[in-house]
Amino acid sequence: MADIKRYAAPTTLEEASEMLRAGNVTVLAGGTDLMPQTRAGRLQFQPVLMNVRRVPELGGIDDQGTMVRIGALVTITELLESQLVRERLNLLWQACNHFASDQIRNAATVGGNVCNASPAGDTLVPLLALNACAVLAAKPNGALQLRRVPLNGFFLGPGRSCRVPAELLTAIEVPLPPAGFKGEFYKHGTRPGLDIAAIAIALGARRDGAVLRDVRVAFGAVAPTPVRAPRTEAAIEGRPVDAAMLETAACTALEEVHPISDVRASDWYRRELIHNMIKRVLMHVGQL
Amino acid sequence: MSVNCDIAFTLNGVKRELSVPAGMSALEMLRERLGLTGTKYGCGEGECGACTILVDGATVNSCLMFAADCDGRDLVTVEGVVVREAGERLRDAFVACGAVQCGFCTPGLIVQASHMIERDHAGDEAAIRRGIEGNLCRCTGYRKIIEAIAAAADVTTQGAEHGRS
Repeated sequence: MADIKRYAAPTTLEEASEMLRAGNVTVLAGGTDLMPQTRAGRLQFQPVLMNVRRVPELGGIDDQGTMVRIGALVTITELLESQLVRERLNLLWQACNHFASDQIRNAATVGGNVCNASPAGDTLVPLLALNACAVLAAKPNGALQLRRVPLNGFFLGPGRSCRVPAELLTAIEVPLPPAGFKGEFYKHGTRPGLDIAAIAIALGARRDGAVLRDVRVAFGAVAPTPVRAPRTEAAIEGRPVDAAMLETAACTALEEVHPISDVRASDWYRRELIHNMIKRVLMHVGQL
Repeated sequence: MSVNCDIAFTLNGVKRELSVPAGMSALEMLRERLGLTGTKYGCGEGECGACTILVDGATVNSCLMFAADCDGRDLVTVEGVVVREAGERLRDAFVACGAVQCGFCTPGLIVQASHMIERDHAGDEAAIRRGIEGNLCRCTGYRKIIEAIAAAADVTTQGAEHGRS
């Protein structure tokens, strides 16, 4: 394990950004990914370990009218206990309800889940479907600057995102979905608790008579990053939920996913899951 | 070796000050620096729950927490839980229900279950099963553990033969 030369726990965003600008920093929030990754040697500590947990600007779930700002330090438990998240961002709430265990939900932060950029990250799939945006702060020349990056485009590969080392994720902004928007999050694992998804699906839409509109679909664990599925969305948009549409949607989804084989599932099984489970999720959403 | 950091926190109601390496886990600090060996090292990656402690009133895996992050916080370990009312009831119920075999998972389960009872998250068997998802037991098959938690929480479980209720 690489030596940590300095530990810092800044108490303002300015201070934290200043440290990041100086460089060579590992950011610590909940620690639930950082600790096992560094212990297993998958990640090396930088010389400075910066604990951001005491930066108040990174907390809070705020209703800002047309969108909800979720501070990067908000824990999965806080999301689960938020009436606003449960009622207006229900897809995200469902994913939190399938997230690890109580002990991990109490410590793990949404910002950590996003920055860890796992293809199977539980909150990433609904956040993508909800058109969420990452807010990144940096202090390149003495003044704090914010940059907003849509989550669809934020992830570059397993563990990689377009956040540069001098930037700190301060919040996730989630625009409120249209009235009547409902959805279902589905995660396939071998057991209900503490499992990493073999595949995950977040599907949301608004029912308009017999058809679905404002359709949004995202998949997890079927590509190097969690992905939106625009062609699958188009195959569902404006059509009634009938057998023909289910089959078209399932076949289109298969064209949009590129799963690998790993310890959790083979690529063949992942494709089977996507093909079959998107139909089930669609049938449920059609009845919501 | 990593740099040391000076931290101050409350442990089982007592104020403590300590200098810990920046890379040390809270679990290592509790067991190896403070001699509180009730909290167990199981998997070291947050899967088994044997290292469960309370931090600011919520349960966490102490193996995943940096000792440095304990600064300014309120820690309660199983040694502090069993002298509380819910902890005492749980200990008695675990004994009465035979919920302990090798005993390695027991401290983590007692801490997690006390948290569930104190937060009113042990209202029925489903809630109890859900609450202990992060605690593995390799001996009992969970049946007696669930019955013990239900007994301590005054909840009736299906087919309960043991416990006090």
